[in-house]
Amino acid sequence: MTRNFIGATVAVALLAGLTPAQTLINGAGASFPYPMYSKWFDSYHKKFPAFQFNYQSIGSSGGIKQVTEGTVDFGASDGPLTDDQLKAYRDKHGSGLLHFPTVLGAVVPIFHVNGVSQLNFTPEALAGIFLGKITKWDDPELTKANAGVKLPSANIVVVHRAEGSGTTYVWTDYLSKVSPDWKGKVGVSATPNWPVGLGGKGSEGVSGQVKQVPNSIGYVELIYAIQNKIAYGKVRNSSGQFIQASLASVTSAAGKAAKTMPEDFRVSITNAEGSDAFPISTFTWLLIPEKIADAGKKKAITDFLKWMLTDGQNMTEALDYAKLPKLVVDKEMKAIAKIQ
Amino acid sequence: MSATTTTAIEGRPKGRAQSFQQRLKSGDDLAYAITFLAALTILAITALLVYELYVNSALSRQKFGWAFFYTKTWDPSGEQFGALPFVYGTVVTSAVALLMGIPLGVGAAIFLAELAPPGISSALTFLIELLAAVPSVIFGMLGIFILVPTLVKLEGPIRNTLGWTPLFQGPFYGLSLLAAGVVLSLMIIPFIISISREVILAVPNDQREAALALGATRWEATWDVVVPFAYKGITGSIFLALARALGETMAVTMVIGNDPRINTSLFAPGYSIAAVIANEFAEASGNMHTSALVELGLVLFALTIVINGAARLLVAGASSKAGT
Repeated sequence: MTRNFIGATVAVALLAGLTPAQTLINGAGASFPYPMYSKWFDSYHKKFPAFQFNYQSIGSSGGIKQVTEGTVDFGASDGPLTDDQLKAYRDKHGSGLLHFPTVLGAVVPIFHVNGVSQLNFTPEALAGIFLGKITKWDDPELTKANAGVKLPSANIVVVHRAEGSGTTYVWTDYLSKVSPDWKGKVGVSATPNWPVGLGGKGSEGVSGQVKQVPNSIGYVELIYAIQNKIAYGKVRNSSGQFIQASLASVTSAAGKAAKTMPEDFRVSITNAEGSDAFPISTFTWLLIPEKIADAGKKKAITDFLKWMLTDGQNMTEALDYAKLPKLVVDKEMKAIAKIQ
Repeated sequence: MSATTTTAIEGRPKGRAQSFQQRLKSGDDLAYAITFLAALTILAITALLVYELYVNSALSRQKFGWAFFYTKTWDPSGEQFGALPFVYGTVVTSAVALLMGIPLGVGAAIFLAELAPPGISSALTFLIELLAAVPSVIFGMLGIFILVPTLVKLEGPIRNTLGWTPLFQGPFYGLSLLAAGVVLSLMIIPFIISISREVILAVPNDQREAALALGATRWEATWDVVVPFAYKGITGSIFLALARALGETMAVTMVIGNDPRINTSLFAPGYSIAAVIANEFAEASGNMHTSALVELGLVLFALTIVINGAARLLVAGASSKAGT
């Protein structure tokens, strides 16, 4: 037994010594696409054992920071970089940082009101609640959109993320588009100055507090709400329809944007047009340096991007992520050539 | 200092004549050097800590100056930072923890050391030491799943008895300064008990016997003789508990509500220095944000020194009065 074990260990050690040196690529960033990325990197490694991708899901702000500092080979974010952030990258590295959309996601309002499993939210209601202007569940703004639902006359408890987050970026981006009041007072940010509410650490923190505290409302990524079986509401889109977040309604939100996609892929698809589009949808991006000095790493990253845009896209729906529209994929294929 | 040196040399008359090597062989100087170096590392670590915090908070110190300490806006996207809400939350939760922890902790220590039958005492002491080793995240989970819902159920009785004070006003959702204070008190009680118990046990038996011989009852001997004798050690245990309460991170952030606003009511959510650093540091949005968080670390350091210093002065004053 012991001898066999030693023999096996020696064999493994020898084999490890014989396999050609692996190219190790490090990345860090957004936690929302982490299950997808981890599946992709794992499948890719099995197919091409010479390449090993290592991804740390530390959050979008962390991903932007690390790729700017040059401590990782690529970053990932749920929100595109601002012009200032791109300039900071260019100042430091002398070359640009490219955005590559990978999958689509949605942020949904989750709530905890005893006896209520489905709610409709108007944009005005969401902005009002998160501004602290709508404070009761039986506010007319809520009752008029939810005929037949008995809402309590209880105080609304708002729960938001305590730390910087790509999810928060998408949420505030949406609220800024639908509410001038929100835009003026709070604006778009991964770390806004919240007018009201309790802070929860991470998606688990927010969903945990919403589960714990009756009459509360928060926001998380759709996948998170589905996996944790938390009630989430429909949101009224720009066509006046109340839409449930789903793969179809998220893909629909990206459809229009696909046609007008800018060259650098930095685009917000919140409050998108289309009668069946879910209004709080977003792309999530890989952040790839324009100049990659190491030829091995450059080949690994460009090859992976090509694979992700073809074979990889067929794996998304099994994990509840919406795949990229064809137009976007074609455009990205061309953009890969920008990596030098 | 000089007195001890002289005695040391007098005690070893040939000391001067001995070569350094010989002295090293005898072990005394070697032991001195090694232990001195060990002690020096404490100083070095502390100095390095302060230095790093100071240097890395330069951006924020230059921009906000002293205003950092008394302004209450914390807006990472607008790059406006003030430490006051966090200092407030840290001090208030620690105060609540001590208010509940001291009577319970010292009471339990007196019982275990002086009054309990030996069997019960050793069994309970073992449990308490176990409790002191429980990781703080476990206390946080207990807080979320058991304590917070219990506090919500107790809201009525609390309001009926203490609702007239400004400390128990406004809506109560469970996650609050109160919840954080109670969780902290649970965490510091084992410290207070186990150290205070040791100190009380160390009081010489002569003291007890003398008091009993003078006709004191057992409780009188304990309260009037043993506890005052152990006073310094007991306050020492409280300082240690306070230090833990001020710096506790995980358990606090799970139940305090993480809301950087100042509310008089203990029912309201708040934020503590350690909690905001833990939450925001990894995801800080820019250099100014990071710098402000590092400065908060410096503030926590200073706060600990000020509070500990004040408490020590208080104790020194009290014990010198007791002495006269």
